[in-house]
Amino acid sequence: MRYLRLFALQLRTSLIFALQYRSDFAVDGAVEIMWAFASVVPLVVVLQGGRSIGGFSFGESLVVVAFFTLLKALLDGAVAPSIATVVEHVRKGTLDFVLLKPADAQFLVSTAKFYPWRAINVVTAMAIFGYAFRLLGRVPSVAAIAMALVLLVDAIAILYALLVLTVSIAFYAVRVDNLTFLLGAVFDAARWPGTVFRGALRVVFTWVLPLIVMTTYPAQALLGTLPWLTVVVSTFGAVAFTAVSRVVWVRAIGAYTSASS
Amino acid sequence: MRRVLGALLRLSFAEAAAYRIESLIWFLATTMPLVMLAMFREVAREAPIGRFDDSAFVAYFLCTFIVRTTTGSWASWQMNMDIRDGTLAVRLLRPVPPLWSYATDNLAALPLRGVVCIPVAIGMLVYLGQNGGGGRALAHDPRLWFLWLVAMVGAFALNVLTNLAIGCLAFFFESSLKVMDLYIAAFFLLSGYLVPIEVFPATLRPVLVYLPFHFQLGLPVEIMTGAHGVGAALRLLAVQWSYVAATLALTVVLWRRGLTRFAAFGG
Repeated sequence: MRYLRLFALQLRTSLIFALQYRSDFAVDGAVEIMWAFASVVPLVVVLQGGRSIGGFSFGESLVVVAFFTLLKALLDGAVAPSIATVVEHVRKGTLDFVLLKPADAQFLVSTAKFYPWRAINVVTAMAIFGYAFRLLGRVPSVAAIAMALVLLVDAIAILYALLVLTVSIAFYAVRVDNLTFLLGAVFDAARWPGTVFRGALRVVFTWVLPLIVMTTYPAQALLGTLPWLTVVVSTFGAVAFTAVSRVVWVRAIGAYTSASS
Repeated sequence: MRRVLGALLRLSFAEAAAYRIESLIWFLATTMPLVMLAMFREVAREAPIGRFDDSAFVAYFLCTFIVRTTTGSWASWQMNMDIRDGTLAVRLLRPVPPLWSYATDNLAALPLRGVVCIPVAIGMLVYLGQNGGGGRALAHDPRLWFLWLVAMVGAFALNVLTNLAIGCLAFFFESSLKVMDLYIAAFFLLSGYLVPIEVFPATLRPVLVYLPFHFQLGLPVEIMTGAHGVGAALRLLAVQWSYVAATLALTVVLWRRGLTRFAAFGG
């Protein structure tokens, strides 16, 4: 409960911070929409004339893109800014002040900064969902929506774990500000249905860096083609991933020897 | 002048070598051509798209990767930061115009970037050789490879100059980086980076071919993959170098006008 209140407080600080620069707010929104548009155009160009991506029709691929847009908003709006803040703290030695605060450091660090305007991508994602299902000419069932929501929570948990793991690297290797770019670049692979990857890559993106679990599975759930068993296994996987990230965090913070001492 | 430029290049190269891990991370972050390649190969599995079959897509996107990593520029970010926090004042004190030092920064990164591209090129050749696609997927005519070099230099010049021009906008207003964002989004879409221009609908193609974006990336890639004959390539190169000249003029004007407004924040 206390952490919920703290979370709200952190979020509010970021919001106020962002609202200081109102014209930036508007321009950033426009840029975001432009990028979302840019990610749909290749699909439109490529899938003209009824082609499909490994069994995903145009409409079905759009559902994957919508989930990607949703998670990308979270990555760019919450995960990346937090990593950037921590890296800055580690480099300047000001992380000590965060560690001194009477709350869990992992919590404080991972909610340090949000870019609220990225939330506009949530609206874009909803629009893509709407358009996709209009194309498909049907509405997802309640069970399918429930399944997709469970998987979305899993995906968010995995994303959070990735954040914590990346931050842990910052304690060992100081110069990692562009690791966030690397994370974003790797996440780009989640843009299309997982069927585009074959062989070893498919295995890696399912079990090691579970990008397919994050965007393709929720889309399949919403389309009603995913077995329940996969949802259960994915949830176990997400919990395990988060647990591992916590263990790594505790060890990394233990090895941290402040820049000032 | 030659001596000064030589010194500048050595300095820039030392900087590039000092931050080589960082360079490597930037290099690894160029995943988009590979992600697009995965998608196009899957789509082309049913039937080739235009002239593009599996081998042609592999050749196209790996060439895209090579061209992008070698000709890409980041000068606008550097300039934006320098102008806003006043570091530009330091660069202005040096005996060479700062525009030159930004250009040499880009130039000096080339050897490192070239080296990391070699395994990609080898991998491509091995794949094409094994799949028997090498005969069609890459250009054969040595004259075309010479023209490719000219196109690469042109693409590099155009990338650096566009970055410098947009970087100069920081003299005039604060959010010039947003202009770069918009430009990059347009570049991704329209240059052939995400989707080969030949794959776009026939009605759009004549427009896209003559937009500047195409000459920053698409043209050298297309020459490598044998999309143009010598005559067509020469015509397009003429257009590319006209763009280079025009952007150069624009950059110089923006720089001169902007510099008079520079107040060296905090200096």
